Amino acid sequence: MDNIKMQSVNLNAWFGTKQALKDINISIKTNAVTAIIGPSGCGKSTFIRTLNRMHELAPTAKMSGQILLDDQNIYDSTVDPVMLRRRVGMVFQKPNPFPTMSIYDNVAAGLKLTGVRKDKNLDEVVKRSLQQATLWDEVKDDLKKPGTSISGGQQQRLCIARAIALEPEVILMDEPTSALDPIASAKIEQLVVELKKNYTVAIVTHNMQQASRVSDYTAFMYLGSLIEFGATKDIFESPKNQLTERYITGEFG
Amino acid sequence: MIKLTGDNIFKAIIAIIAASAAIILLLNTYVLVTGSANIFATSGFEFISGKNWDPGISSFGVLPYILGTLLTSGIALLVGVPLSLGIAIFIVEMAPKTVRVPFSYLVEMLAAVPSVIYGLWGLFVLRFWVLNYIEKPLNTYLGWIPIFSGTPTGLDILTAGLILAIMIIPTVASVSREVISAVPNSIREGAYGIGATKWEVIRHWVINYGRSGIFGAIILGLGRAIGETMAVTMVIGNATGPKAMPTSLFQPGQTLPSLIANGFFDSDTPLQSSAYIGAGLVLLLISLLINVAAHVMVTRVLKVKGGAVE
Amino acid sequence: MRGIPAINLQFLTGDGLRYGIGPAIQGTLILIGLTSAIGIPIGIMTGVYLAEYGTNKYASWIRSINDILTGFPSIIVGITAYSLIVVGLTGTFSPIAGAVALAFIMIPIIARTTEESLKLVPNSVREASMALGIHRWRTIISVILPSAKSGLITGTILAVARIAGETAPIMLTILGNTYFFQGLGKAMDALPLRIFASSRSHLQVEQTQAWGAALVLILIVLALNIGVRLASRGRYKR
Repeated sequence: MDNIKMQSVNLNAWFGTKQALKDINISIKTNAVTAIIGPSGCGKSTFIRTLNRMHELAPTAKMSGQILLDDQNIYDSTVDPVMLRRRVGMVFQKPNPFPTMSIYDNVAAGLKLTGVRKDKNLDEVVKRSLQQATLWDEVKDDLKKPGTSISGGQQQRLCIARAIALEPEVILMDEPTSALDPIASAKIEQLVVELKKNYTVAIVTHNMQQASRVSDYTAFMYLGSLIEFGATKDIFESPKNQLTERYITGEFG
Repeated sequence: MIKLTGDNIFKAIIAIIAASAAIILLLNTYVLVTGSANIFATSGFEFISGKNWDPGISSFGVLPYILGTLLTSGIALLVGVPLSLGIAIFIVEMAPKTVRVPFSYLVEMLAAVPSVIYGLWGLFVLRFWVLNYIEKPLNTYLGWIPIFSGTPTGLDILTAGLILAIMIIPTVASVSREVISAVPNSIREGAYGIGATKWEVIRHWVINYGRSGIFGAIILGLGRAIGETMAVTMVIGNATGPKAMPTSLFQPGQTLPSLIANGFFDSDTPLQSSAYIGAGLVLLLISLLINVAAHVMVTRVLKVKGGAVE
Repeated sequence: MRGIPAINLQFLTGDGLRYGIGPAIQGTLILIGLTSAIGIPIGIMTGVYLAEYGTNKYASWIRSINDILTGFPSIIVGITAYSLIVVGLTGTFSPIAGAVALAFIMIPIIARTTEESLKLVPNSVREASMALGIHRWRTIISVILPSAKSGLITGTILAVARIAGETAPIMLTILGNTYFFQGLGKAMDALPLRIFASSRSHLQVEQTQAWGAALVLILIVLALNIGVRLASRGRYKR
C-alpha cells in the first residue's frame, strides 16, 4: 500500500452533540483523484475539512480517530495545523480570492504571508502556478487588476493557482464547481484531471457525472457513514450496496 | 498546555489590550468612589436627600440637581421622541427616494454637531424663541399653574429640556430608522392584504414589530440627555442652593453635569471638591443604571428572537 | 451664521490678546493628534479581538462594557483624568491629560466600529487564508484588516470628529487659556473651550469670537463627516 497519500482511520466527527461522521475509513491514493459523493448533509464536506484540520475551526467541532498523511497522524500534538495546511491545500465551494489583492498578489499571497518565499523567484512562481491552473493566457496582461474583477470561473482557477503556488502535496476541493456555469465547470474538470499528474486530489461533489468523469476512486457517503468505497468504475458500473445503486441511478439525492 | 506560537502571543496581546474597556470603567469608578468617600463619610445619605448646596456652611445636598437632571431629560424625551419617531417613519415609509437620502444625511449631520455649539445657539437664539413664543404666552394665560409660574427669562429648565430634545433627535431617529427599515416587508404586505390603511400599518404592525428596538433607541437618547453637559450648562441658568429645587419650568435650574462644570474649580475645601466628585458618582450610577438596563433588555430581546428563528 | 463676520486672517491666527482663535485652533489640532495616537491603536486592537476571537465569555463582557462606555457622561471621564493625571501624576493641566480623557471616549467608539467592519469581511476570506497555511495573526493583519479598510477609516474619522467637539472633559484637563502651545505639561486652549468661555462674556467682541470659533469648529467637524460619506459612497459604487 505504498501509494496511499492520506488515510482516515476510524474517523468520527461532531458538531456539538450532533455526530457528522461515523467511523470513516477512506484512503486517498497518490497522484490520483478521489471523489466523495453523497446527498447534502451526508458529511462529505466535513470529511474533507478534517483532512487539513479546517474542521476544528468551527466553534463546537470535535473529532476522534486518526488522519494519516504519509503514515503520520496529523492530529498528533506535535503537528502544527498551520504547517499542515501548507502541505494540504484547499479550494472552496465559492471562489474566494482576497478582495483587496491583485491577481498577482493573490497567487503570491501564500508565499509572501507564510514567509517561505526567501529562495524563490516570486514572478516565476506566479507565472508557473497560473499556467498550471490554465489561467495564465487569460490574465497575463492584467496581473495588477483586483482578483475579484475576473469572472467566477476564472476566480476559481485563480484560487486553484493560489493553492498550487505553495506546492502542496494534496489539494482538497470542496464542490469547486457548484457556483459556476457549465462551461466554467468543464474547464475546472479538465484542470482537475491535469492536476493529478503532480498532486494528489480529493474532490467533494454532489454531481455524480462529474465524479465519474474526473475521479479514479469514489467514496459514497450517506448520513455521516461511508457506504461504499472503490474504483470509480466499479462504483458506477457495479455498485455492491443497494443504497449506492439507488443514489447513482438518481432515485434520491 | 498552551504553546508559545506567534498566534498565541498575538491573541494574548490583543486580549490584554481589549481589557482597556474594563480598565476605563474601573478607573472611572475607582476615582469617583475614592474621591467622594469624604463627602459620603461626612454627610452620609444627607448628600443624596439634602436640598441645600451651600459651601459657606459646608452643607451639600444633590437632590435638586438629581431632580433637575431627571426633569430636563424628561422634557427632552417628551418632546424629542415623538419628533424622532415621526422623522424615522417619514424617512422609511413615506419619503420619496430623492428626499430620503439628503434628509437622513441631514439628521446624521445634526448628530455630529458638538454640544457646545448647540449650547451657543441655545444661549443666543433658542432662548429668545422659547422666551417670546412659549414662555411669555403660557405665563400670561396659565401662570396660575405652578409649573408655569414665575418670571420667564429663557434661561431655565424648559429651554434646557428643549435643547436636549433637539440633541437626542439624531440619536433616537437614526436608531429607530434602522429598526423600522429592518421590519420585513412581508409584515407590511400582510397588513395591507387585510385592508389596513397606511397609518394603521405603521401604527399597529411596523411600530409593534420594532418596539423593542425603538425602546432601545429611546433609552439611548435618555442616556445622552442625562450625561449632556455643555449645552445644558449654557442655557439652564445655573441656580444653586435651595433655589435650585425645581418648582417651575420657567425657573433657572441645575443638573448634575452642569453643577460639576460650573463649580468644580471653585472648590475652597477638600470637602467641597469631594462633593463635586460625589455628584459625579451619582451621575455615573444613574447613567450606568440606564445603560445596563438598555443593554440587558436589548440583548435579551435579540436572544429570544434568535431562538424563535431557529 | 453669526460667525462669518468674525472670520479674517487675524482672527484665525491671532492670539487671545487680539481676540483671535489661533491658540484654540492649534490646541484642538494637538488634542486630535495626541488622542488619536493613544485611542486609535488601542481601539482598533480591541475591535480586532472582539471580532476575531470574540466568542468567549471574556469577550462578551468586554463587549458589554464597551457598549456601556459609549453612553458614558463625558464630564465623568474629565473628572477621572483630572484626578488621576492633573492632580495625581503631573500636578498640572496638560494636553496629555486632555488626550487621555478624550481617548477614554474614543476607544469604545473605535472598538465598536472596528468590530462591525471586520464582521462584514466574509468568512470565506478567513478560510481561504487559513487553508493556505497562513498564520492567524498574519491573516488578520495582512488580509482581513486591508479588506475592512474603508470601514476602519470611516469609523476612525467619525470618532475623531466626535472628540474634536467634546468640551466637558477637556475643560477639566487642559483648562484653557489665551496663549499658543506652551508645552505638553502646560495648560492649553481648544476651540470648544474658547466657545464656552467667550459665550459667557458680556463683551460683544468676545461673543463674536465665540461665534467665529463655533463656525471654525463646525466646519472642521462637518468636513470630516461629509468627507467620509463621499469617500465611502464612491467606494461602494465601484
